[in-house]
Formats: sequence, structure tokens, C-alpha cells
Amino acid sequence: MNFNLRVWRQKTGEGKGGLVDYKATDVSPHTSFLEMLDVVNERLAEKGEEPIAFESDCREGICGTCSLTIDGEAHGPDHPGAACQLYMRRFKDGATITVEPFRARAFGVVKDLVVDRGALDRIVQAGGFVSARSGSAPEANSILVPKHDADLAMEAAACIGCGACAAACPNASAMLFTSAKVSHLALLPQGRPERTERVLRMVAQMDAEGFGNCTNTYECEAVCPAEISASFIAKLNREYAMATLRKRAGE
Amino acid sequence: MAQFSAFYRSSIGKKFIVAVTGVILLGFVVGHLIGNLQIFLGPEYINSYAEKLRALGVLLWVIRIFLLVSVVLHILFTIRLALDNRRARPDAYAKKEHVKASLASRTMTWSGLVVLAFIIYHIAHFTVQVADPRFALLKADPLNRHDVYSMMVYGFQNLVVSAFYVIAILLLTLHLSHGTSSFFQSLGLNDKKMTPRLALGGRILAWLIFVGYTSIPVAVLIGLIKPAQEL
Repeated sequence: MNFNLRVWRQKTGEGKGGLVDYKATDVSPHTSFLEMLDVVNERLAEKGEEPIAFESDCREGICGTCSLTIDGEAHGPDHPGAACQLYMRRFKDGATITVEPFRARAFGVVKDLVVDRGALDRIVQAGGFVSARSGSAPEANSILVPKHDADLAMEAAACIGCGACAAACPNASAMLFTSAKVSHLALLPQGRPERTERVLRMVAQMDAEGFGNCTNTYECEAVCPAEISASFIAKLNREYAMATLRKRAGE
Repeated sequence: MAQFSAFYRSSIGKKFIVAVTGVILLGFVVGHLIGNLQIFLGPEYINSYAEKLRALGVLLWVIRIFLLVSVVLHILFTIRLALDNRRARPDAYAKKEHVKASLASRTMTWSGLVVLAFIIYHIAHFTVQVADPRFALLKADPLNRHDVYSMMVYGFQNLVVSAFYVIAILLLTLHLSHGTSSFFQSLGLNDKKMTPRLALGGRILAWLIFVGYTSIPVAVLIGLIKPAQEL
């Protein structure tokens, strides 16, 4: 298969970038999108040109490292799934494909398609953890967790922290990410003692990072490779309001 | 109070204000519609309804000020949120597809601004009665009450007025088709099962409001409702 690529190139975070046209020729339909970029990069290197910088690690959809906006959709047109799980057979032969970085003020471009998602790490550092030592896995019946809560917590904990939610959001809001991180701990007994401080601090950090505000468009859940539901955002809103009241009451 | 001021400065707190004031205004939109649909029952009903509203006196002003404060808060907090959102993505995508975000959800600012312009005109038209010189010629009805019935009919007989009215109601419908279910999401009153149901319910309510409001100018323009007095 053959493709016309329009790829965002930007030398440094401060510099100006722009879309540059490349040809991807003789691509097997069974190569992944990232492997196709590898092939393009090899040919660029052969010609002595600077390869396209992009991030990847596991290439099996579980690490959340790849961060491409492909044809205007975070992780490309195949939802749910990360860009590494997108295969070239998904596109028409001869198609023009636009590749851009995840765009948000909180995600500064480092180079080409690589962005700094440290803002998400700082939200987790603000409270997305349990500070008491929980030790190794306890005997299964010593702490009872209702099945419904366990399932919901697992659903929220599936978040791989890729940032596609903020990249796809019309307002560049990181509410889906933050809601998943707040929810999976708030639903479990180990996370409950710190739930008040956790949600207040994480939301404050989210706001300080310069993400936008949620307007309930649910674009985030549509592109999430881990299928996190936007109903966790409702849970975050609830947690935040309750935490404000608990803190006010001096608990 | 420090905790509450932090709440109202946060992204989530601002959304709470927008949601709560929004649902108050939705309540007005529904109440106003039910009141005005009495035009189909004839001048007797709607004129006496208007008379009762006026007889509320001080209470009427309390309600008006309450609604005005709601409108102002709804707009002020939305402006702050919208400015934040614009700043949150300084470099736009060269190509952007919307997978799930509805047109209504992406155009809330614009539909809201048109509705605001309409509300100002609508109050000037029917409440303060400065937009139409013919209203000054209206006589009281046989029971010596303000003839609201004939005022509405003469008002909507103007094609331009009715067209603007229908367009504004259409944008209000768009605004409410997203806003109604958004209220539950912003206040955290829903879950995975309820979200699609509330979204559907919100859209149905919005379109019922559209049919209800537009039925009045349409009935006037096709001559179904005629003025109770000649000017």
C-alpha cells in the first residue's frame, strides 16, 4: 500500500513547527501505524535526513506511551485502541494521513510528535496514591470489597495515562484521567482514609497545570484506549463536592 | 469559608454554579411555556393568568431578581470557563474530527449568546413593550384587564418578529438538548446506566419545549388564533 503522510515537524519546544509531506511506499497492510513510521524513518535516515521523533514503548496497547493524533483523532480512527494497535489496512490505499502531536497547553511539544505529559504525573503525585504501607497482598477474605465496587475500581484502574482524553477534548481537559485516578482509590478500602485530601489536591493540581474545563461532550471516552467511562467524571464531581463539605465540617 | 472559596475557584466548582443556575433557568423556561400555552384556551384564561402574575406584586419582583441573578451568574461563570478552555489549547489541530461530541455540546457558547440577545429583545417586546408602537393602542379587555391575548397575537403577526422568535427557540432547544443532561453530569448525579437515559430524556424535553413555544407564532401566522380586539 502507498500513503501520503502530512507529519508535524518541530525542532524544539520553543520553535515553530509545521506539517511536512512524506511518501510511505510499499507498506504491507499488516504493519502497525508505528511500524510504518519506522519504515519511513529508516528511509529518511538513509537519505541523511532527520527521522521523525515519536514515542512508543510496549507496542501492545498497555503502556500508554504512544501519543499521536492521526487524521484528527487521538490514537487514530480505530477506537478503542492505542496508536500502536492501529494497522495500515484500516486506511484506504493512496490515502493522505495527517499526523500531529497531542495538543494541549499542558502538553508542551518536546520535538516533532513527542510531547511532555509530565502534567499527568504531577496530578498523580498530588494525591493519586495510598501513603500508608499496604504490604503484600492480604488474605482475600480479611478485607471484604463488594463485587460492584471491585469491578468499578478495576474499570477505573484500567487507565494507562496516555493523555488521549485531554488531547481529544475540545477544551483540552484532563478530567477523564483525573477522575479515573481518583475513583479507583476512592472505591477501595485502602484508599478511603485519604479520599478527602486526595481529590482536593488532585483537582487543584489539574487546574494549576492549565488543562481546560469539562463541558460534558464525552469526546474523551470515545477515544480512550482503556474504555474509561465519562461517568467517572460524574463520580469525580461528586467526590469533590463531598470532600469540600467534609473538609469544611473539619473532618 | 476558605474551603468554599477554593471550591468556587476550581474548575468543578464553577461548573456546579453553571449547572445549578442552568436548571433554575430551565425551570423558568418550562413554567413560562405552560403559562403561555393558555393562549390556546382563549383570552379569558391568559388575561386572567397575566393579571394573577401582576397581583403577586413584591413576590413577582423577588422572582424576577432571583432569575436575573441566575442569568448573570450562569453567564459570568461560563465566560470564565470558556476563557480557560480557549487558553488550554493555544495551538489548534490542523485536522480535527469529533467522534462523539455533539454539535449542541460544541456550540453552547454561541447558542447561549443568541438566546441572551433574544431574551433582551423579548423583554423589551412583551414585558416593557417598547419594541412595538401598536401595543400602546391596545385597550383593556371587557373585564378591564390588560389584553395580553391580543398583544401576543399582534406581536407574532409580524413575520420578522416570529422568524427571530423561532430561530431563537431553535437555538434554545440546541442549548437545552445538551444542557439538561449536563446538569446531572456536572453535579455528579448520574452513573454509567443513567447517562444515556438522561441524555435521551434531555433531548426529548428540549424538543417538546421547541414544539410548545413555536406552536404559538405558527398558530397566529396561519390564522388559528385571531386578536380579541381591533386596533
